[in-house]
Amino acid sequence: MGRKLLLEHINVPGINTLAVYREKGGYRAVEKALKTLTPEEIVEEVKKSGLRGRGGAGFPTGMKWSFLAKPEGVPRYLVCNADESEPGTFKDRYLMTHIPHALIEGMIVSSFALGANTSYIYVRGEMMPQIRILERAIEEAKAAGFLGKNILGTGYDLELYVQPGGGAYICGEETALLESLEGKRGNPRIKPPFPAIAGLYGCPTVVNNVESIAAVVPIVNDGGDEYAKIGIGRSTGTKLISASGNLVKPGVYEIELGLPVEEFIYSDEYCGGIANGKRLKATVAGGSSVPVLPANLTLKYANGEPRLMSYESLSEGGFATGTMLGSGGFIAFDEDQCIVRNTWNFSRFYHHESCGQCSPCREGTGWMEKILHKIEHGHGTMEDIDLLWDVQRKIEGNTICPLGDAAAWPVASAIRHFRDEFEWHVKEPMKSQSTNYGLANYANPIEKKPEEVKEA
Amino acid sequence: MSDLVKVTIDGITVEVENGTTILNAARQIGGDIVPPAMCYYSKLKGSGGKCRTCIVKVSKGSEKDPRPMPKLVASCRTTVMDGMEVLNITSPEVLEARAGVVEILLINHPLDCPVCDQAGECDLQNLGYEHGLQKTRYEFERRTFDRIDIGDKIQLHMNRCILCYRCVFTADQITNKRVHGILNRGDHSEISTYIQTAVDNDFSGNVIDVCPVGALTDRTFRFKNRVWFTKPVDAHRNCTHEKCNGKVTLWYKGEDVLRVTARKDQFGEVEEFICNECRFDRKKTADWILEHPTHISETSVISSNHYETFKPLPVIKENLALQEANQRELEKTFKI
Repeated sequence: MGRKLLLEHINVPGINTLAVYREKGGYRAVEKALKTLTPEEIVEEVKKSGLRGRGGAGFPTGMKWSFLAKPEGVPRYLVCNADESEPGTFKDRYLMTHIPHALIEGMIVSSFALGANTSYIYVRGEMMPQIRILERAIEEAKAAGFLGKNILGTGYDLELYVQPGGGAYICGEETALLESLEGKRGNPRIKPPFPAIAGLYGCPTVVNNVESIAAVVPIVNDGGDEYAKIGIGRSTGTKLISASGNLVKPGVYEIELGLPVEEFIYSDEYCGGIANGKRLKATVAGGSSVPVLPANLTLKYANGEPRLMSYESLSEGGFATGTMLGSGGFIAFDEDQCIVRNTWNFSRFYHHESCGQCSPCREGTGWMEKILHKIEHGHGTMEDIDLLWDVQRKIEGNTICPLGDAAAWPVASAIRHFRDEFEWHVKEPMKSQSTNYGLANYANPIEKKPEEVKEA
Repeated sequence: MSDLVKVTIDGITVEVENGTTILNAARQIGGDIVPPAMCYYSKLKGSGGKCRTCIVKVSKGSEKDPRPMPKLVASCRTTVMDGMEVLNITSPEVLEARAGVVEILLINHPLDCPVCDQAGECDLQNLGYEHGLQKTRYEFERRTFDRIDIGDKIQLHMNRCILCYRCVFTADQITNKRVHGILNRGDHSEISTYIQTAVDNDFSGNVIDVCPVGALTDRTFRFKNRVWFTKPVDAHRNCTHEKCNGKVTLWYKGEDVLRVTARKDQFGEVEEFICNECRFDRKKTADWILEHPTHISETSVISSNHYETFKPLPVIKENLALQEANQRELEKTFKI
């Protein structure tokens, strides 16, 4: 049984209320931090903990905090990114729905550590129930003296606001989020300057994911060293994984980083295997943006060693044979799923969500979607597959924000690993409309290094 | 602080002021190594970074930190560091990526150059000739919009737009009140006005000049003539508008002034913005004090039968009918 830090009391009735949350040891971190620690000490603890951003990029949170500029007389802001909209990821929504106080406690401690007196939680517009839950929780915390003026008599003031977004995926990108928060069109800014220097209203700002902020609470309670003992290598601590797809028990799981992927999928403690007795064909390990992997490469590296759920292990082998932990949106596909159709679906999402600011992403995502639509519906040609490869290469790395890369990677990896299936759609246009390509050899154990893969 | 920093672009070293962008450093060197810019406009604050045609490779970050930058960067928004080394046309990677951007810019462009008023002075057309393929690989329907008349002087042809945002910045920074902006998202986003309000402002005409393509055109010049048949002349008048100094280019056809634009520099940027009165309402030679023929770059199609540098294009030399037509046009211009 792995250790639970965030979801330890998830099943306690009434944990969404302040009273029950405090009974289970809630708001200890606020008292400890505000009364006994200095902001610098908290930042130091977070650095020691090795906590890495849980929103997708995996940038060390402590490092991000220490980059925050601290000019005199200029307010600093902490913004919580709760604009979770990646297909396959729903961990933040789960956390906010059931334990809203974990986020609020984390916000108070983090704001104190960063010296912010006004903090925002930017929630995606579709999550109306969560917005109400958070606002109610903030009211409760305020009434108990954890928010507002002179918190717990320490002289520290903090106002916490919940801001609903418009429901755009692009507003999950931190600079687009800040633009949106300022009331403008949610277009990503051109970096530099980074938000740590000029963010919200031109002031130094830190933008963190919900889970990263909630993870600060156990770090402050138990100390950074204790937190760093959990996990493996540079992937410390626990991570919420939202598992979906053809699994026996889909849902949100808190895992210790370093858990073997095989155990995560097949053990009864977690997903319980593939539903309906089918076999695993492919997985998307960290939300729709990360490369899709066939079953054999998901469970093991190209050299046959088992793959683990951690930042390093999942990206082992680079893009040729690896993927990324991303935001922890784990999607499993069984043998009946069509990779071409799924890639088209992802592409359709990115086409719809592209902000339209820079040309490669604006035009290229639409182009990819149309080509994939054509192949999926049996009108494709072999040249289309090569064209698709070329278009994704033209998008990747040439855009302002990572949405272009996120749109290109699933397409690139699908062609890299599942080219047979794409070609089958071209060769058997009629058959591909009524039947599936099936498992083929995607789950066969790897005997040797796979043949030369086309490098980007 | 005005320290000079050294930057090397395609092997040519130049000393520029600290805080200059790579693009502006390249413009100081000039010549072929200047990256093309479709959205950056030196006179508009905050412009640039969007079209991605100016991407370059930074092979050495700076003297202090010699690591190369991991991705290609937009040269219009990346500032130089001391000792930076940049590759533009000497890097095949950059040229390939730029060709990709051009191809992508053109996939939804209607390519209606034969009927477009911008043809001949269009940045996208030039870019397409330099980097584009002869044939598009895009086989789907192009997105289309309805034409919108923004007021009685400007027409918006959204099909041709590449969403450079220049006109939005112009309206924001030059005019008193912005009444247009971007609607929608992704490849269906469009420049539009608030429920088709007329853009009505003394300086609104400048959006025509900043538009790199034929999306915003002058309705008073619409279908009057091809730009390469008109003769540009620099002129000025005492404009009474406080912000306008009345320095313009008049475009003659025979004795008629067909249109008036602001003067443009070698990078296609206007030198000074002009007011709508000068642009739309003063179309008689008597209104103006003529200076001299405008200098047009020899590579431009406009100079092909310009009286200053009369050099017929190779295609004209081979074709008798075109030669005659060219001669007729030339004679007409000598009559003024």
